Amino acid sequence: MAESKPKPEILAKVDYQPPGDDWMELPVEIRPGTFNYAANPANAKYLDLPHVRKWQPTDDDWQLPENWQEIILEGLHDRLKKYRSLKVFMDICVRCGACADKCHFFLGSGDPKNMPVLRAELLRSVYRRDFTTAGKILGKLAGARPLTPEIIKEWFLYFYQCTECRRCSVFCPYGIDTAEITMMGRELLNSIGLGIDWITTPAANCFRTGNHLGIQPHGFKDSIDFAVEELEEITGIKVDAPINKKGAEILFVSPSADYFASPHYYTLLGYLALFHEIGLDYTWSAYASEGGNFGLFHSADMMKRLNAKIYAEAKRLGVKWILGGECGHMWRVLHQYMDTMNGPADFLDQPVSPITGTRFDHASSTKMVHICEFTADLIANGKLKLDKRRNDNVNVTFHDSCNPARAMGLFDEPRYCIEHACNHFNEMPENTIKEQTFCCGSGSGIGTDENFEMRMRGGFPRANAVKYVHDKHGVNMLACICAIDKATLPPLMEFWVPEVDVCGIHELIGNAMIMKGEKRTTDLRGEPLPGMEESDADESGEVKEVSEDV
Amino acid sequence: MRALFSLFAVAVIIVVVVLAVTTDAGRLFFGTILPYAAIAIFLVGMVYRVIDWARSPVPFKITTTSGQQRSLPWIRNSNLESPRNKWGVLGRMLLEVLFFRSLFRNTKADLKDGPRLVYGDAKWLWLAGLIFHWSFLIIFIRHFKFFVEPVPGWVMMIQNLDGFFQVGLPIFYITDGLILAALTFLFLRRVLIPQMRYISLAGDYFPLFVIGGLVISGMIMRYTPLRVDITDAKLMGVGLVTLDPVLPEGLGAIFFVHLTMLTVLLLYFPFSKLTHMAGVFMSPTRNQANDNRVRRHINPWNPEVKVHTYEEWEDEFREVMKAADMPLEKDTESK
Repeated sequence: MAESKPKPEILAKVDYQPPGDDWMELPVEIRPGTFNYAANPANAKYLDLPHVRKWQPTDDDWQLPENWQEIILEGLHDRLKKYRSLKVFMDICVRCGACADKCHFFLGSGDPKNMPVLRAELLRSVYRRDFTTAGKILGKLAGARPLTPEIIKEWFLYFYQCTECRRCSVFCPYGIDTAEITMMGRELLNSIGLGIDWITTPAANCFRTGNHLGIQPHGFKDSIDFAVEELEEITGIKVDAPINKKGAEILFVSPSADYFASPHYYTLLGYLALFHEIGLDYTWSAYASEGGNFGLFHSADMMKRLNAKIYAEAKRLGVKWILGGECGHMWRVLHQYMDTMNGPADFLDQPVSPITGTRFDHASSTKMVHICEFTADLIANGKLKLDKRRNDNVNVTFHDSCNPARAMGLFDEPRYCIEHACNHFNEMPENTIKEQTFCCGSGSGIGTDENFEMRMRGGFPRANAVKYVHDKHGVNMLACICAIDKATLPPLMEFWVPEVDVCGIHELIGNAMIMKGEKRTTDLRGEPLPGMEESDADESGEVKEVSEDV
Repeated sequence: MRALFSLFAVAVIIVVVVLAVTTDAGRLFFGTILPYAAIAIFLVGMVYRVIDWARSPVPFKITTTSGQQRSLPWIRNSNLESPRNKWGVLGRMLLEVLFFRSLFRNTKADLKDGPRLVYGDAKWLWLAGLIFHWSFLIIFIRHFKFFVEPVPGWVMMIQNLDGFFQVGLPIFYITDGLILAALTFLFLRRVLIPQMRYISLAGDYFPLFVIGGLVISGMIMRYTPLRVDITDAKLMGVGLVTLDPVLPEGLGAIFFVHLTMLTVLLLYFPFSKLTHMAGVFMSPTRNQANDNRVRRHINPWNPEVKVHTYEEWEDEFREVMKAADMPLEKDTESK
């Protein structure tokens, strides 16, 4: 894709004027850089998905199964019966347009079908035609249209140009959630064999090996062992990182990117350092070595299939409760779906911090606690020695990841952690953070190279807000608590705001934390640790002294 | 085009009514038969709609959180934006239904040179929406005086408040002006803003014109020489609700236009986007608490799915795990 990579000054010219006056007449354009490749048939087969075949979105003929219309309409009928959300959202939209300029894909592309209202109309128009009296009688006049192969292509394009971020749903006077529409649309597409590879392959990997990357148990152990060694090189401390340890108090689950991708990896080092420092009795699991869940981006059933491992493993290992790492969509699943799908977790105990004694009453049923909640509690109880000055080389801003923001309301916990680990923290404008946060543009399984242009467009509002605080306050580090963010914000920053780097919160914690018996001159990235440079540390004991300030 | 079609449809209805009520049959149809049919269709239609929605379960608790969750005791939960309990949900719903809380958040994005995306306040839609809905409600309540005798004190009180400024003769009701202004705004933004025109369907213009027709015909009857005899209107109204319909001679065409606009609105209601009136209460992202990790939500159709069990998984990877010295449930050699 390198030769066709777009330029920022080109993408920054967005025309919001809709073309023509009838969106139903607008042809679908499958343009390089704006779509995702089709699912690898072998992996789709492995998951027993229907109508597996070799095809690509660029083909003229998508080889739809013979009875594809029947499958779609029956599928829609079935889902209308199963989801009140879908049914109500199909009926009550008044097209007030409040959602239109709330979508990052519309703001970045100007494509009218990226207005949430029109994205929903893509499905709603078909619903009207086949499921409402007015649509049956009045047809197009009532906003109804018959299902054609062209519409299937349109769905494929636009339901994979939505990251299910739910920003529009915050502004909708009826709480219409486009993520629900997109999820149903994707389920319908998958029912006729139209899945994308970046979702299907990680799901197949996760189903088989336990994680999206397809890392087998011994490879997983290698990665964790390697991280332990690296942490020893940096801090002089050898930490223990048990895997599949029966009888541990806590099962720790984090997204697999943490142990295989950068800059996630530095956050992993942060977790390892933290757990050692507080003497946590915990275990990793190779079977449940993935907190993320690309099933969420495929179908409710696939989500359940992948998520089942977490409770099953907690039960097998006999842990008391589960702690979850930094990940966005993983927490949507854990917070809003896991207990319903695979609970009740009556074999686990009410989560209690073994270090502070705090009972996590807000997780009394699901029995799973977010690491930012856990760490914020440690800090509040004075259990960590944090020297903020060690993060003086970074000027941080915080990107609220969509799911922890709009599906959990996790706002203050991560900020509390940052504020206690860094001296320089500046918020982006209020319309771009917390419940109004902008997506990275690559969530929900569309963070592919082939979709690069659309990702840069979708990420533009986020990047633009980062640029604002970079110019105004000199921000050079974008902290986040999402594995997809950590993978996709670096290229987004490189494209729009090249001076800003990306990190996780537990990387900042890991850097600021004074460990007993540590010998550190570098941060977790192997770069000089402010105030702890070798020469300075040798010359005076001053550093040690101020670092006690907690 | 879609706007013109809707305008044309409403105009045709008005012409038909004006012509029809010159005959007794027409007066009977538009003055008695159609109103009763409309009331029946409206009631049955809306009840059916709500029951139909309710028949589909809510499989997941998918609250949209717009504020801080309840977690640690020293972190302040925003109970109205991220409700931790039923009271929070009730408050959130009341704010939504009575004051359009979410719409109040509305912003307008602007792309400036730089490039620089800026988000300005955009409260006009919220304000016009709020004025329109509240005015409609007050006008609706004011009309009770045409249907019941004696007129309840609280209805008179609302009417007197509405005519608070005592301007004109007969006294001008504030809500008449407000609803006309709000309707005009809502219509103009639909036709003047290109994106709005693009997303608007005939079904978005039609109710605006019907309600516009309703309001204007009502105002003509009150404020112009085409004034209707209130006694006649009341006779007719009371007759309608007491199931003893009468059509006093004095009721002119304008009255029938007014009545028919209401009738059309009632008929149209259950089959259109106007069902948002009931649907807003049933939106799963708003009417559920953000207490997911405290109270397990039950999905009535929670399906059995094929999973990859630990045993199957260990069977597949036992050899490599053994070589890596990882703990096993079942060690093949020691068996």
